[in-house]
Amino acid sequence: MFRFRLVPRSQASQKMLVLAPLLAVFLTLVVGISLFAVLGQNPIVAFKAYFIDPLSNLNGISELLLKASPLCLIALGLAIGYRANIWNIGAEGQMYVGGIFATGLAIHFQDYPSAWLLPMMIVAGALGGMLWASLTALCRAQFHANEILVSLMLTYVADLLVKALVYGVWKDPMANNFPVTVSFTDSALFTPFVELGWNYWEGTRINTSVFLTLIAIPLVWFFMQRSFSGFQLLVAGLAPGAARYAGFREKKLVWMALLISGLVAGLAGVTEVAGPMAQLNDRWTPGYGFTAIIVANLGRLNPLGIVLASLLMALLYLGGESVQVSLHLPKAVSQVFQGLLLLFLLGCDVMVNYKIVRLPSTRAVAL
Amino acid sequence: MSMYSLSPLLASAISAALPLIIVALGELICERAGILNLGLEGMMLMGALASFMTVTMGGGLFLGLVMGISAGVLSSLIFGFVVINLQANQVAAGLSLTILGAGLSAFLGRSYVGFPAAASFAPLPIPFLKDIPLLGVSIFSLNLLGYFGLLSLAGVSWFLYRTRAGLTLRAVGESPVVARALGLSVTRVRYLAVFFGGAMAGIAGTYYSIAQFKMWQEGLTSGNGWIALALVVFATWRPMRVGFGALLFGGVTALGLYFQAIGLSISTFALSSLPYVATVLVLVFISRNLETVRRHAPAWLGKPFYDDS
Repeated sequence: MFRFRLVPRSQASQKMLVLAPLLAVFLTLVVGISLFAVLGQNPIVAFKAYFIDPLSNLNGISELLLKASPLCLIALGLAIGYRANIWNIGAEGQMYVGGIFATGLAIHFQDYPSAWLLPMMIVAGALGGMLWASLTALCRAQFHANEILVSLMLTYVADLLVKALVYGVWKDPMANNFPVTVSFTDSALFTPFVELGWNYWEGTRINTSVFLTLIAIPLVWFFMQRSFSGFQLLVAGLAPGAARYAGFREKKLVWMALLISGLVAGLAGVTEVAGPMAQLNDRWTPGYGFTAIIVANLGRLNPLGIVLASLLMALLYLGGESVQVSLHLPKAVSQVFQGLLLLFLLGCDVMVNYKIVRLPSTRAVAL
Repeated sequence: MSMYSLSPLLASAISAALPLIIVALGELICERAGILNLGLEGMMLMGALASFMTVTMGGGLFLGLVMGISAGVLSSLIFGFVVINLQANQVAAGLSLTILGAGLSAFLGRSYVGFPAAASFAPLPIPFLKDIPLLGVSIFSLNLLGYFGLLSLAGVSWFLYRTRAGLTLRAVGESPVVARALGLSVTRVRYLAVFFGGAMAGIAGTYYSIAQFKMWQEGLTSGNGWIALALVVFATWRPMRVGFGALLFGGVTALGLYFQAIGLSISTFALSSLPYVATVLVLVFISRNLETVRRHAPAWLGKPFYDDS
């Protein structure tokens, strides 16, 4: 049927492990830019507006880091589970609940400014994310329910929970009936770099929340590469039979993977509500929880890879916003790029484990 | 509750169930061939938009349906190529299909938001049968796609259990190694199953955009693709049970609307979350006995198969 044929490699190709993502990025660019051309945009102008303009000034760099930070944080947590074939795809919902918990504290203590408020919100957000993930863990570990479906269904519920709160008890009475909470006070917010006296960042919104991610990166790296639990999770993913034989307890691994990914997703929720947004509202659906799935895969479930992938994916977001303003293209274009990128990556990955061999043109010889 | 209020309730339950039945049966066939396609939501959205655009441009209902099916099939074949030929992880590939379908449909459909469909599938009551109390309104006054949904329940059951092709399909899903040793073309069977899944998702999407909601908006299918995936597990991969499960979900949805209509003081957000919560509960209920699921799940579900023929 095909004039090409796959021949399994005896060992995964290290070269292709690096080349495949690069090829996927290249193909995504080619198809994406062609899409612009089909829609009547000048491809070069569109490319420049999407990928160059957002990075052409300091403000762009600051926005890039602000977006890459939660993406990286969530993806690090997801990767821990994905290595063990535990597919939490409900990080978006866990992020919402983290945001809700932090908002609860911020509203409750709005009249009591204190240096302890933000740290408390961070802890509450982490607990909120863990709580929401624990529902999935419970369903999967105790009742064998499929974690993909359960975690996704709970994301829809979490979204409705945010809406119920901002349209209900948490609605700011002074906001002309808009579904938003009151704006957080300064002690409930991450401090912008400018206010720390780092004048280099004058005019940008970047804040101390990025340090949470910078702390998480080495911790997750250590957990994955150097801890026994991380090793158990890896074995459970690569060779479930071996893991069972070695006596690794599956339930424990499921709980661990889901709680860790819920924790970091909850933290990402805090960095969002206590960042430039400074409130909770019903339009808060950046989709970081879903995009982080792509980040984790693009980064090869490896902490360093995830850092790079999160920067690239943040650029896709920024580019989407940029062409929305300059070329009046809809924001959904960044979602198109994301979907294409993951699809191409999965396709290109075939070269890691297979050689592509061209068959002689006549079928008889091939057989 | 009198029969007068029960009848519209049942009718709205069934109309919510029908698109779920259609898309879930497509997925069931796909999974029976061993392919887990998590991209239902994306394929449905592409189908919904394609048919809505066609109808809006004056193409008519029939062409709209054809375009809806084509969009679903095209999306599914991209997925098929990546997982069947390129051996990709099916979970990740299905997710990317959902993300791509959601993004592309929102992108291409932005100028179609906010006005009603130029034409829509109207109910076609069947003479005499439509006068049967209770059932007359709910199952004998459906639109064309609705009748198709009901018939496909019987059709898919018959195909799966009474035809040679159905047996082949099941064999491929249980053990492609054995199927291949018997001389069956695993790749071709899998492609056909994926194709069928895409076509059914396209029809279900069309149902949403030009039969039920009669409009287009971003994310029109609101997670029903995922509920359909849960339905297949709930049905333990047996077609008739998909019908039963879909009716259950349709009932929950209809009950929510009913409570709202009679002005019950429950938050609309709580009511909207009912189908999702019900899905989780049902999954827990059906999966708690590991043996039941293991016995019925296609043994090769979700695993790639290297076909060296």
